[in-house]
Amino acid sequence: MARHVIAPVGELPPGTRKFLEIDGRPIAVFNIKGEYFGLMNRCPHQGAALCEGPLIGLAQSSDPGEIEYTKLGEIIRCPWHGWEFDIRTGQSYCDPRRFRAKAYPTHVEPGAAVVKGPYVAETVTVKVESDYVVVEL
Amino acid sequence: MNIQFREGTEAASHLTTKAAIADCDIHPARASRTELYPYLAKRWQHHLDVYGVHAYQGMMEGPPYPKAQPNASRRDAYPPEGGPQGSSLSFMQKQLLDPNNVQLGVLNPLNTGQGIRNHELSAALCSAINDWQIDKWTSKDKRLKASIVVGNEDGLAAAAEIRERAGDRNFVQVLLLSRNVEPLGQRRYWPIYQAAEEAGLPVGVHAFGFGGNPITPSGWPSYYIEEMVGHSQCQQSALASLVLEGVFERFPKLKMVMIEAGFGWAPSLAWRLDKVWQRLRSEVPHVKRPPSEYIREQVWWTTQPMEDPERREDLFDLIKWIGWDRLLFATDYPHWDYDEPSRVLPAGVSEANREAFYLGNARALYGIS
Repeated sequence: MARHVIAPVGELPPGTRKFLEIDGRPIAVFNIKGEYFGLMNRCPHQGAALCEGPLIGLAQSSDPGEIEYTKLGEIIRCPWHGWEFDIRTGQSYCDPRRFRAKAYPTHVEPGAAVVKGPYVAETVTVKVESDYVVVEL
Repeated sequence: MNIQFREGTEAASHLTTKAAIADCDIHPARASRTELYPYLAKRWQHHLDVYGVHAYQGMMEGPPYPKAQPNASRRDAYPPEGGPQGSSLSFMQKQLLDPNNVQLGVLNPLNTGQGIRNHELSAALCSAINDWQIDKWTSKDKRLKASIVVGNEDGLAAAAEIRERAGDRNFVQVLLLSRNVEPLGQRRYWPIYQAAEEAGLPVGVHAFGFGGNPITPSGWPSYYIEEMVGHSQCQQSALASLVLEGVFERFPKLKMVMIEAGFGWAPSLAWRLDKVWQRLRSEVPHVKRPPSEYIREQVWWTTQPMEDPERREDLFDLIKWIGWDRLLFATDYPHWDYDEPSRVLPAGVSEANREAFYLGNARALYGIS
């Protein structure tokens, strides 16, 4: 599994998302309250640019009349048909058996680790002291 | 390691070598409230400023239910220059027409002046919308063709608007909505069908409208999701009315297009109509043939919302009854329930049927070579 440097952490502050193409695949990386998540930016339903939709919560109901709103900011809603996916896992809530958005592990690595290994950040000047957001695919 | 940064927001627009298609349900929008004013007499501009419009609908502030997305539209369809989704020709070209190789796009404007209680205002707004369709859309992109919007509740005024536009190749059909004051087969609407038949124009019946009646036959439902499925019930009532009031018998060259209400219900409606007609035909002696015959000869169907059964064989069985020559592909752009052309038809369709479905049927019906 190859690791790809996305950005120095300072360029992806909480509440932002970044769109990239890696090995021909459209990818979006989110920073939600300091946690990083990577998703394939293509809805498995009809192919919309999934990650351009709004981040919402999940309205759930144990019984008719009982409604709970959870996972605030963790659910991506497709800009076309409103299909909802958990950005942590890519799980679909309307048809979890057949549809899943492709999720990619994303984390932060120290600049030293990124530069010293076989993985070199494609910035003009690599700042070894920075931490980098890295996605694996 | 090789990372390319994607510019802008046009996903998948690099796909350019697609087969040509027709899109038979596109919704152009106005960029501002006053965009129609250049096409309206001062008298009506003043009226709109002072009184606004009053439709056949209680509590009239927009549509009867909140829609699932802003303006019932795709979130990625806001034009870069601002304004609501569907209000920019250049962005429509870039997002819909060019990447999908749309060769024929039929415009169906909504919120036009149909279903308005002041019939003079209704006629003026509909005429303005028709001028606006030419000016802003069809004269600037030859792929686009307009629908003649008419003040549906005033059959004579509507017929006059159709006759005025007849022969103008900017227009390829007459547009009605499915929710009207009375079922669509009633006599008040006959002048519309007569004028359309004379002009050789199909009459499209698009879901929605303002008729003043509850949006389901059993009253006002709680949820938007019920309005969505209610469109098929409404179109079924309209179609039964058209058959049983004798509209198809009286206007045998009339062609109707059922727009945005699905088509999966068509066979069972036709079977049921045939069955009761066999027993009760003495009530409607003007219906001289089994209802299914009129439906199969005089009705076409747009695909969005495309039926999506789990087994593709079920879909093929449905289409086999309806006829591969009767379906017109539509995206419903820029609305949120948009159908993506490359995703709606399962594998296993012959090349001839696929071509008819995506393009040939629309070209034949609308007379576009």
